[in-house]
Amino acid sequence: MASGIKDKVAILGMGCSRFGERWDMDANGLMVEAFLEAIEDAGIDVTQIDAAWLGVGLDTTSIGPSAVPLSVALRLPNIPCTKVENYCASGTESFRGAVYAVASGAADIALAMGVEKLKDTGYGGLPARPRGAFPDATLANSTAPGQFAQIASAYSAKHGIQRDDLKRAIAHVSVKSHANGAKNPKAHLRKPITEEQAVNAPMIAEPLGLFDCCGVSDGAACAIVTTPEIARRLGKTDLVTVKALQVAASNGWEAEGSGWDGSYFHTTRVASARAYKEAGITDPRKEISLTEVHDCFSITELVTMEDLGLSDEGRAVHDVMDGKFDADGTIPCQIDGGLKCFGHPIGASGIRMIYENYLQLLGRAGERQRATPPVTALSHNLGGFPNLNICAVAIVGMH
Amino acid sequence: MTSIIAFGAYVPRRRLQREAAVSALSWFNAGLGAHGRGERAIAGWDEDAITMAVEAARDCVAEDARQTVRKLILASTSLPYADRQNAGIVKEALNMPDAVGALDVTGSQRAGTSGLIAALESTGGGGAVLCVASERRRAKVASEAELVYGDGAAAVLVGPGPGLADLIGHHSHTVDFADHFRATERPFDYEWEGRWVRDEGYAKIVPAAIGAALEKFGVGADAIDRFVMPAPIRGIDKSVAKAAGIKAEAVQDNLQDRLGTAGCAQPLILLAHALEKAAPGELVLVAAFGQGCDVLLFRVTDTIGTRPTNMGVAGWLDRRKAEDNYVRHLHLAGALTLDGGMRAEADQRTPPSMLYRHRRSLLALVGGRCTKTGTIQFPPSEISVAQNERAIGTQEEYPLAERRARIASFTADSLVYTPDPPGCYGLIEFEGGGRMTVDFTDVDAETLEVGQPMRMMFRIKRNDVDRGFKHYFWKAVPDYRAEA
Repeated sequence: MASGIKDKVAILGMGCSRFGERWDMDANGLMVEAFLEAIEDAGIDVTQIDAAWLGVGLDTTSIGPSAVPLSVALRLPNIPCTKVENYCASGTESFRGAVYAVASGAADIALAMGVEKLKDTGYGGLPARPRGAFPDATLANSTAPGQFAQIASAYSAKHGIQRDDLKRAIAHVSVKSHANGAKNPKAHLRKPITEEQAVNAPMIAEPLGLFDCCGVSDGAACAIVTTPEIARRLGKTDLVTVKALQVAASNGWEAEGSGWDGSYFHTTRVASARAYKEAGITDPRKEISLTEVHDCFSITELVTMEDLGLSDEGRAVHDVMDGKFDADGTIPCQIDGGLKCFGHPIGASGIRMIYENYLQLLGRAGERQRATPPVTALSHNLGGFPNLNICAVAIVGMH
Repeated sequence: MTSIIAFGAYVPRRRLQREAAVSALSWFNAGLGAHGRGERAIAGWDEDAITMAVEAARDCVAEDARQTVRKLILASTSLPYADRQNAGIVKEALNMPDAVGALDVTGSQRAGTSGLIAALESTGGGGAVLCVASERRRAKVASEAELVYGDGAAAVLVGPGPGLADLIGHHSHTVDFADHFRATERPFDYEWEGRWVRDEGYAKIVPAAIGAALEKFGVGADAIDRFVMPAPIRGIDKSVAKAAGIKAEAVQDNLQDRLGTAGCAQPLILLAHALEKAAPGELVLVAAFGQGCDVLLFRVTDTIGTRPTNMGVAGWLDRRKAEDNYVRHLHLAGALTLDGGMRAEADQRTPPSMLYRHRRSLLALVGGRCTKTGTIQFPPSEISVAQNERAIGTQEEYPLAERRARIASFTADSLVYTPDPPGCYGLIEFEGGGRMTVDFTDVDAETLEVGQPMRMMFRIKRNDVDRGFKHYFWKAVPDYRAEA
């Protein structure tokens, strides 16, 4: 049995660009914006970084192949640079590369960057791809909202929840995130909305309306990690360390096998169970004080509360309506606005979540700071579709 | 004795209300009002002569019986490919063995009957021959043809008897009577004056051919119980019957008010429709006009009442949805280009090498069954998808196309580009195992529900207009035979 990652790696510094429709910048500029904040926070010089990882989800619309654009944008001193890609979970994958490099002893200080430049496509939503490969020859002609919308139909049928009741609960999810995003100066969407607005918005993919869908944004986020010992040597006193870092990839069972009912995320259950074990968490509802989850769509967030064990199965609708995950609830979710309002530059999102958790743990989150700074925070980063995906769960906490 | 062993048909679900077209166009051509009665069948954007042929063939021949078919003949004047055997695509979709002959027949409105005659003449030496006629003709906007034409297909399986109807004989006249023509690479027919077509064409060519045929068969015209002839000109079937000495009551419903004229498929559709109602001993005469005339005569046998139930022409005609949005019809028929936005620009190229490699999965919807665990999956894979038993190299072919399924999850997607939004799709589970997330078609988004029974249909999945390539796959439709 592996000893796990718990407390072997500390976050030395983090940075995050402003998310949104960044007509002013391409991917290189966004990476620089996140990097300059991170390196200032870390208090080191660029020459002290031993290795770097770059997470990008859709390279054709962003920066092209390889990690060379990272090295060029940051003018890194010819250190090893690696590009990773795991759909929308690419950010956490990049973070995992840097954390493992430090934990292995191969690097003293490593950098993780996630970036996506989506707003050069000319239209809303995620870019459409050329469709030649075999999976596309059978896959339904679909979009991300449509793929995730299906969860709602299966969830309603399984738990006997009326479509309109579920619609109201997912509206609450989005209203909450808009309220949180309004307090976040780096967020893409900063206007509060009402439940009525959410419920009555134009339909995107039944039952998901416009406000059930996250922002499609440009942005970058960056983390610099090291060992707790080196962090202290560099003068850091309050240390945020990695408690768990787990990834679970679908193997085709949900899509092709039998048994999955379409109402939940199998990989989230697997990854979170492993993460709790790695972090030594036995009762997540008591021990996790804050979450940033992959709310690409409101229904994803609602169901994820159950898959993470923070709600009983079939009860998330009630917990959501009771305000359990609101900013002033018992376990706030998306206190920064989440993918919904902070925005979702694919490759950056996983690191952006950790960035928010890091700020909240250190009490540095400004107007949106949780009054009692949390002790342990979880981020959940999901790439792909409900029936075929990769889920990354990262838990960070005070050392 | 050569006989019809089985027959089937297909009619697309949407029916253009002719009145909707006439009211949109009468300012431009007041004469169209004469064609404003009833409705015509219109294929979906994802249907063509190939997909409709597949459905008619499925309606005609059960999965098991397809293994014994020796030859497949596809007749149409609206085949998607000038050079890529269209019948070969139908063969793959029907999951027929490679050891089968295939032939495309085209070039005239007689292609359906000429194909059927070729099939009947090919039955020597045993084995069955399947003839499918299918048509989706384009018509100029505001032309009479736009209102008169219909889309549909029929399939007839023939072989050495006994069968449902025995062939008494066939006879053909060939005359270059260019009542209309469509030049190669021209999309539309060019039609000469209808009065000339009626008086010099139908009225003279068809009765002469029928007379010669009946003399050859030694059958009197008054003995004909059912007379089948397409009637794109109103009443032409009745006047031809009269000229040929056939009883007025023998003239069968030409379906002009419900389906329209489905080109060279129409004689076979009408034959199938007549046989659905026929009694043992009846004589059924088929006449098809088109640069000459084909005549076929069948005697219905005692087994007609014992044939397996299928949808048939009557069943498909009852499965209908009225289309009174003329603009939508124009768009789905390819006559009007609506701005699909940039999402519609995505490259739709299908690599033929990939398609060939996966043709069993893509065209015949063959999945895999693990012989060790019994797990059924789509597509097949070297390592079984079964969670707890990763058996290697144990897959056997498991056809899914004829399996019924139920919806496990679904959506109606207004964001995705499809010519006919919203794009409906979802996860379906097949009875007996296997699942896939698949496009739905012929659905009304507001009626979808978890647990809804579905069936599979062969359709166009994407249209690579830049290269003229159609990528076919299977889609789920609401179960149209819930009782079966």
